[in-house]
Amino acid sequence: MKISIVVTLKKEVLDPQGKVIQQTLQNMGEKAVFNVRQGKYFELDLNENNYEKAKIMAEEICKKLLANLVIEDYKIMDNS
Amino acid sequence: MLSSVIVFPGSNCDRDMAVALEKFGFKNSMVWHNDTELPKTDLIVLPGGFSYGDYLRCGCIGSKSKIIEKVIEFANKGGLVLGICNGFQILVEAGLLPGTLLRNKYLRFICKDVYLKIKNNSNTFYSKFKKDIIKLHIAHNEGNYFVKNDELKKLQDKNQIAFEYCDINGEVSESSNPNGSINNIAGVFNDNQNVLGMMPHPERMIDKYLSGNDGSLFFNNIKHKLSI
Repeated sequence: MKISIVVTLKKEVLDPQGKVIQQTLQNMGEKAVFNVRQGKYFELDLNENNYEKAKIMAEEICKKLLANLVIEDYKIMDNS
Repeated sequence: MLSSVIVFPGSNCDRDMAVALEKFGFKNSMVWHNDTELPKTDLIVLPGGFSYGDYLRCGCIGSKSKIIEKVIEFANKGGLVLGICNGFQILVEAGLLPGTLLRNKYLRFICKDVYLKIKNNSNTFYSKFKKDIIKLHIAHNEGNYFVKNDELKKLQDKNQIAFEYCDINGEVSESSNPNGSINNIAGVFNDNQNVLGMMPHPERMIDKYLSGNDGSLFFNNIKHKLSI
């Protein structure tokens, strides 16, 4: 089973790269974009066919390695 | 006096650190990250560099190395642990120090000399310092120290801030902050003050003819404390 995970900086943490991307978009004429947050995307292939069980494993993996909970939040994407 | 420098794939200040430690009288061992036992040691140093190419997050993969379990055990028993630059990043990822190190605020790799104000000289690393402003070198891309406000208050209350970036006169301000660190923090201690993480490189300032001598003060002080 494939599980997708998105890790982003917490709201209160400054994201200078996101800020630069937002400013660049503004300069390119995309005036409607007033905020950009950059994150990381992971795909895990697991030996587990039950989505609920796989999700619990992925959650543990996020806490253990993929996200630094001091500054980052993680989101396990819905199975679709 | 025995010291151990942990070497990760991608460490690049490990030999400089060994040279510095030996200059000040330590008998040093280089310890590979994949080893499972530490040699007998009075001080462990995690050197600067780019362990595992900074994959995932700086210091993250290094912090899961086999030897780190032993480093954590050593630190929990009160042993002296010092992390410089990437070593500092590894210590926060290993949970031995609070907070984390973000990308520099202005997205540039910074390589220059900075002045530091010593905030706490009541511990092993700084007890005999006669100066309270020293000059050391920094070279990093992720040195922007961050902790949440409640955590910051705890660091202040427990005297865990080691030093802050300042100007030549000791003034701590936005303009003397090279990387956006919260409250200009350049180094922190753990609760028990036996683990120190710092972005500046004392091992690069051990020869007054080459660079500067304030790193010598640092190593001399540790040596003095350990030999009592």
